[in-house]
Amino acid sequence: MNADEADLILAARGIKKSFGRVEALRGADFDVRRGEVVALMGDNGAGKSTLVKVLSGVHSADEGLVTLDGHEVAFGSPEEAREAGIETVYQDLALADTLDSAANLFLGRELRRPGVLGRIGVLDKRRMRQEAREAFESLQVTVRSEHDAVGNLSGGQRQGIAVCRAATWAKHVLFLDEPTAALGVRQTENVLDLIRRVRDRGISVVLISHSLPEVMRVADRIEVFRLGRRIGQFITADVSAEDVVAAITGAKDMVQFEEGQAL
Amino acid sequence: MNSRLSTWLAKPTTTMLLILAAIIAMFAFLSPTTFFTVSNAQGIFSNTAILLVVAVGATFIIITSGIDLSVGSVLVFSSVVGAQAMAAVGGDSLGAILVGLLATLVSGGAWGLLNGVLIARAKVPPFVTTLGTLGAAYGLALVISGGVDVRSVPGPLVQFGNGRWLGVPVIAVIAAVIATLAGLVLATTVFGRRTYAIGSNEESARRAGIRVERHLMSIYTLAGVLAGLGGFLSLARFGTTTIAGNTNLNLQAITAVVIGGTSLFGGIGWMAGTAIGAFIPVVLANGFIIQGVVPYWQYVAVGSVLVAAVLLDQRRRRRQLS
Repeated sequence: MNADEADLILAARGIKKSFGRVEALRGADFDVRRGEVVALMGDNGAGKSTLVKVLSGVHSADEGLVTLDGHEVAFGSPEEAREAGIETVYQDLALADTLDSAANLFLGRELRRPGVLGRIGVLDKRRMRQEAREAFESLQVTVRSEHDAVGNLSGGQRQGIAVCRAATWAKHVLFLDEPTAALGVRQTENVLDLIRRVRDRGISVVLISHSLPEVMRVADRIEVFRLGRRIGQFITADVSAEDVVAAITGAKDMVQFEEGQAL
Repeated sequence: MNSRLSTWLAKPTTTMLLILAAIIAMFAFLSPTTFFTVSNAQGIFSNTAILLVVAVGATFIIITSGIDLSVGSVLVFSSVVGAQAMAAVGGDSLGAILVGLLATLVSGGAWGLLNGVLIARAKVPPFVTTLGTLGAAYGLALVISGGVDVRSVPGPLVQFGNGRWLGVPVIAVIAAVIATLAGLVLATTVFGRRTYAIGSNEESARRAGIRVERHLMSIYTLAGVLAGLGGFLSLARFGTTTIAGNTNLNLQAITAVVIGGTSLFGGIGWMAGTAIGAFIPVVLANGFIIQGVVPYWQYVAVGSVLVAAVLLDQRRRRRQLS
């Protein structure tokens, strides 16, 4: 393993995945380095969602190799991926709208009271509320009222809670599927800040996004997909938005591909 | 006002508690010597007990955004099985009674499990599944009893079922204990929390690693066991099966749960509300009879309270979620 590979927390090599006769991924590679924000870009049908679903255990790959922290992994279910430290926030956020923020943070991972009460399944609501408060504070997510059902909160706050929940449990990698698609300008700003804070905590963030301006501002690197393959890797600081667009649309296909390889 | 108190006041359960108190106050004022007496209260408690036991199960189910129409039939079925089991053992021994109890619980639980498997595994909608078992359980109860009520219930059981502890009817004490335990499970345990989560958003619960199918099956089984227990209490109280007498118990239970503030959309509900919701129809019926009002008016009154409760729930949701 060379130094560059040691820097990778998650790597996919030659991933193939077909649905019937549709080849969604045709030998795709993908890299996530430690403590970075990497944007996964590509036009509709490029294979972004399929890749995320393979890497988060929703689908299993037909072919290819996935390594997490240098070890080969094959997730049979989303639970396995989550246990390995990979969390995903989809656009629907997967919140329980009638429960409060703390209950959502600990959904499926409820804390129990110590001793006999815990063994018969009694919740430790106070500790969950306390730890939830700390989790939200540490990522500066504002929750207007912690007793309120999250269904009553604004879209930005709900997004904040969902991202914070995933970041709390993610040990290695956090996938965010178009986290700002439904948000206004200021709420988008908050989510981008939140993404940086998650990264600064040492968790790698994979941002699936169509918004180039956002990606240019928050991502350390960009990986571009087209027709089921990665066709370019860029360091955000060294690339212009025009070049990324060209890669996404295929206008300068081979040139970008070679430059991408040279990275 | 602190936030806890204001949340409490905003709960529909609180509204319904006030309405129940108002109804009691009204009847107490109109007929203080007949309504507001110990013996009348005992009657009201006895009449609420079985409904409450069944409504406890319905509360869990409705919080998951499900529905169980089969409970009345399951109650009848298991009471027939229990009565026949006791008759088969014979005698008035404690052993025979315990066999009867076991038979009612197991046969009720079996119907509940069947509901759960069909709903959670085979993905047949709860309404359809339990409409099916509503008919099937009632039909089988008629088949195995020949359509004739089984009257051979052991004497000691009937004595027990009509007895009192410290002046409170025994079956009311049993119902209260069950409702309290179930209320604690709902409000303070992982099982309860996940029940709300499933009703709130099944897909979210599943993605959070909650085993939704298994959880739903346990809840429908629990409701079946409680319907079975209701069948046993019914035997203890009336000394006979009541094949023709529980045809709309399912709707009464759902009414109690919904009046109590549990949302038919799932994810929201309180066991205390269910208890209040079980009392309102019984108190209304009792008060009307004492007042000499044609007792059929209770249905009109209960129906109105039900619709009002749902209206209240929807308005609150719209206000909150908009």
